Amino acid sequence: MSDRELRVSKIRNGTVIDHISAGQALNVLAILGIDAGSGETVSVGMRVPSDRLGSKDIVKVEGRELSQDEVDVLSLIAPAATINIVREFDVVEKHRVERPSEVVGVLSCPNPHCVTTEDEPVESRFDVLDDGIRCSYCDTIVRDGIAEQIDVA
Amino acid sequence: MRHDHIISAKQLSRADIEEVLDRAAEMDADPETFADRHGNALLGLLFFEPSTRTKMSFTAAVKRLGGDVVDLGTVESSSVKKGESLADTVRVVEGYADALVLRHPSEGSAQMASEFVDVPLINAGDGAGQHPTQTLLDLYTIRESAGFDDLTIGIMGDLKYGRTVHSLAHALTTVDADQHFVSPESLQLPRNVRYDLHEEGASIREHTELEPVLPELDVLYVTRIQAERFPDESEYRAVAGEYQIDAETLEAARDDLTVMHPLPRVDEIAHDIDETDHAHYFQQAHSGVPVRMALLDLVLGGDR
Ligand SMILES: [Zn+2]
Repeated sequence: MSDRELRVSKIRNGTVIDHISAGQALNVLAILGIDAGSGETVSVGMRVPSDRLGSKDIVKVEGRELSQDEVDVLSLIAPAATINIVREFDVVEKHRVERPSEVVGVLSCPNPHCVTTEDEPVESRFDVLDDGIRCSYCDTIVRDGIAEQIDVA
Repeated sequence: MRHDHIISAKQLSRADIEEVLDRAAEMDADPETFADRHGNALLGLLFFEPSTRTKMSFTAAVKRLGGDVVDLGTVESSSVKKGESLADTVRVVEGYADALVLRHPSEGSAQMASEFVDVPLINAGDGAGQHPTQTLLDLYTIRESAGFDDLTIGIMGDLKYGRTVHSLAHALTTVDADQHFVSPESLQLPRNVRYDLHEEGASIREHTELEPVLPELDVLYVTRIQAERFPDESEYRAVAGEYQIDAETLEAARDDLTVMHPLPRVDEIAHDIDETDHAHYFQQAHSGVPVRMALLDLVLGGDR
């Protein structure tokens, strides 16, 4: 499927996440908490040719806009992504993701002894480092495999 | 010092550290003067795992300031056993006390708990995480015995799991010490600690043997290597034996070498060192009271 064909299958209201690093589309769905059981209409393009990235993934979700927390985590696994908010078939907002100084929620701490993995009324929080993220509670650093920490609970 | 909570040694600047140690030295020299300083203060003790000495030390500290403790007691008899969250427990208990001391097995628990309370919270150990009051009393002993100027210190033993070591290393970086870490390869500093020390511009070197570095040291801080870190008993014995010291080992050291240990020890430091001038570990343990008095004084508003 080419980029052009994908663009043809327009969505009415929702979000198009474009320029996702190739191979990361399923992780983007995980960030959004979308799986086989969720109700959204979703189209996914994987390894679509791209002028800017060589190849890219693209995700379109009907009826869903992203929270800031989701955008923050998205920026870690897909730093070149662009987010298009669509209303009545028109792109009404378009922005690139920015690397935040911290990410809240969405990811879970890989340290099984971390207080955020327990039944406490607290969201995970990570400081964003140059080459990874660090849990604000237990200091554990995650460099590789940030996507594996996406909370799918 | 302007910290409501004492969570981690990393939050303390050199000025903060010196302020606590100066206050502790005043209290150590003349405890009578401070005997009624916090006459109505109540300190809430929340120990979710047993640590009798740390608890005794905090209790002694607040009583020496004229205050008293309210104690959550053992976890077995409390509502925590019934599944209450830590966040709820601290929000209830803060109503009973002017400051809280928390020891909890989960890493990051003190940071989390502090986000739910308005009274000052002091971390008395959160799992393998931070233990800032131990660090401050270690620093007190180091400053009293060797001073912070041109300090060269060796830290030996379990550097991977030993939380006192991690806290101490940050604080030693703040006072610009040269730090030598001596451990078996399998128990070297963890990645996040090494990362921070580099970020902070620490002067650190790592060794697998004490011998080459011993003659340079002003202070040797020894920690225990625990058997459960090794796959089997024989491997543990072989490795741990390399990191034990006795009076003969110290013949190669400077005469004024200070030997420290957070205690309890098993056999890392032979008893023949106890009677030498090198031994500072009991003094180190005793300084827990004046250091905790100083810290309590500062968080309870000792400047008023
Ligand atoms: Zn954590």
